[in-house]
Amino acid sequence: MEQGAETRAVAGGRLWLAAGGLLLLALASLFVGVADVTPSALLDPQTRAATLEALTASRLPRTAALILTGSSLAVAGMIMQMLARNRFVEPSTAGTIEAASFGMLMMLIFFPGAPVILKMTGSAAAALVGTAFFVYLIRRIPAHSPLLVPLAGIMLGAIIGSVTAFIAYRANLLQSLGAWRNGDFSLVISGRYEMLWLTLAFTLAAYLFADRFTIAALGADISRNLGLDYEKALAVGLAIVAAVSAIVVTTVGSIPFLGLVVPNLVSLAVGDNQRRALPWVALTGALLVLSCDMAGRLIVYPYEIPVGTVFGVVGGLVFLFLLLRRPARAS
Amino acid sequence: MIEVEGLTKRYGATAVVDDVSLRLPEGRLTAVIGPNGAGKSTLLSMIARLMKPDTGRIRVAGLDVASTAGEVLARRLSILRQENHITARLTVGDLVAFGRFPHSGGRPGPEDARHVAEALAALDLAPFRDRFLDELSGGQRQRAFVAMTLAQDADCMLFDEPLASLDIRHAISMMELLRDLCRNKGKTVVLVLHDINIAANFADGVVAMKDGRIEAVGDTGEVMTGERLSRLYGLPISVERNGGSCIVNYFRSRD
Ligand SMILES: Nc1ncnc2c1ncn2[C@@H]1O[C@H](COP(=O)(O)OP(=O)(O)OP(=O)(O)O)[C@@H](O)[C@H]1O
Ligand SMILES: [Mg+2]
Repeated sequence: MEQGAETRAVAGGRLWLAAGGLLLLALASLFVGVADVTPSALLDPQTRAATLEALTASRLPRTAALILTGSSLAVAGMIMQMLARNRFVEPSTAGTIEAASFGMLMMLIFFPGAPVILKMTGSAAAALVGTAFFVYLIRRIPAHSPLLVPLAGIMLGAIIGSVTAFIAYRANLLQSLGAWRNGDFSLVISGRYEMLWLTLAFTLAAYLFADRFTIAALGADISRNLGLDYEKALAVGLAIVAAVSAIVVTTVGSIPFLGLVVPNLVSLAVGDNQRRALPWVALTGALLVLSCDMAGRLIVYPYEIPVGTVFGVVGGLVFLFLLLRRPARAS
Repeated sequence: MIEVEGLTKRYGATAVVDDVSLRLPEGRLTAVIGPNGAGKSTLLSMIARLMKPDTGRIRVAGLDVASTAGEVLARRLSILRQENHITARLTVGDLVAFGRFPHSGGRPGPEDARHVAEALAALDLAPFRDRFLDELSGGQRQRAFVAMTLAQDADCMLFDEPLASLDIRHAISMMELLRDLCRNKGKTVVLVLHDINIAANFADGVVAMKDGRIEAVGDTGEVMTGERLSRLYGLPISVERNGGSCIVNYFRSRD
């Protein structure tokens, strides 16, 4: 008991350390970019007003958007992996992102005048239907073929994606479609990203359900034995995933494979008990996205590489590393 | 107390559990024995509401299994299935602590911590508390699942082949532990056993199943006779009583 409490205290300390690291990185992010925003410009009375303007209109929103997107997408991936009981599942390998895009396209075509929140709701509803269909599909896949699961999801996504692309082409909306798929934060300014704060609410909701998601990950039988309403946990989890995906897709665009890489990384370090892992997943997701975006801003300065491209390289390498080291552990 | 009435489960035309009725009184350790495919796991799964019977009624501790709320039943009845394959990476301590979920609802108190510590100690798992399940041997992992079920502290505990992959010492100490739970805490324990020697020496009662039907049910001494066991398994078997212990010999007529 004593020992358990001690390791918990140490782990808690590390979490605060990582949160401090994120804060520092976020501070640094405020001062990285083309416009001249520096601490000294902020102090100089002559440049203060303009600097402050740039800070609140673009740098702060961008930094907040990166943190919110990174943490919520990573958490969404984690929830999906727990509920699907498969390590290779995330919103972009389960048809969720494509379904959210489809929903948004429908809203743009049929209700172009609707307020943003309504469009997002339409997108989330489509994401929910798509993901629920994915879950229905994978229940019919035998448990011993784990790779079939993401494969089925990717194919489902491809079908929805093609239909969406065809309709978007006809409606002259292909450009929007591209923006939804690949996250780009260079256009984030105050007034155009605030919906992302909603993802924070969903991430917190996920934490409230942490124990239930972990139990659900033990399977339907153990869940029922422990008196957990398995179907309800599944429904809550899918609703969170669908909502987060829809919000992210329609505001800044998705970051493929973030929800795959981060939970696997965290699982290796602290395991899958959601109560412990979820804060780590959220923090790591935010850290990764924020640093990839900053790298994208600096590498070809004064130009920018979109965060999705940078993360594609970093995330791909990390995932390759994970795949290669997994068999090293006895199974 | 577990009461089963007219329980049937069919796959297509074949009844794998065929009109089974049973009464298992509380405070007793009951062994369910029988050849592969007899329907033992199916029977236990239905009692524990993991599977819906086609017909029949089940009452556990006075509660109707089909209609009682899941979280209420989880405090009275627990089951450990024959196979438990999990992909999530949990530590032994985490897994056992989840056994307390029906009582703690996710907010564990000192009582929960005590049950978890006791279950870990009872199964010799204290040194593995912070180990991940995928870093254990098969028998150690099996013990972790049994510890989880013990921590749940239900009145009726069902175990499907809990001794699978345990060494003799751990098998014996687990049986002693379960017998102790029946004697001193009034628990009702039902386990599927393939080791009929263990069943003969530890169980208070035996249910012998074959082809979905109950071939024999009663006190261990009555059911575990050479003639009955030979018929059940289709193999010449003799039962030798030797002081307090009982040896089921299935090697006798091999020469
Ligand atoms: N999904 C299914 N479809 C068809 N038949 C099934 C199905 N599941 C089980 N059975 C059959 O039901 C019968 C009873 O199975 P059960 O698992 O209850 O046996 P058991 O007594 O536990 O056997 P064992 O000792 O091997 O664990 C078996 O003949 C099995 O083939
Ligand atoms: Mg069985």
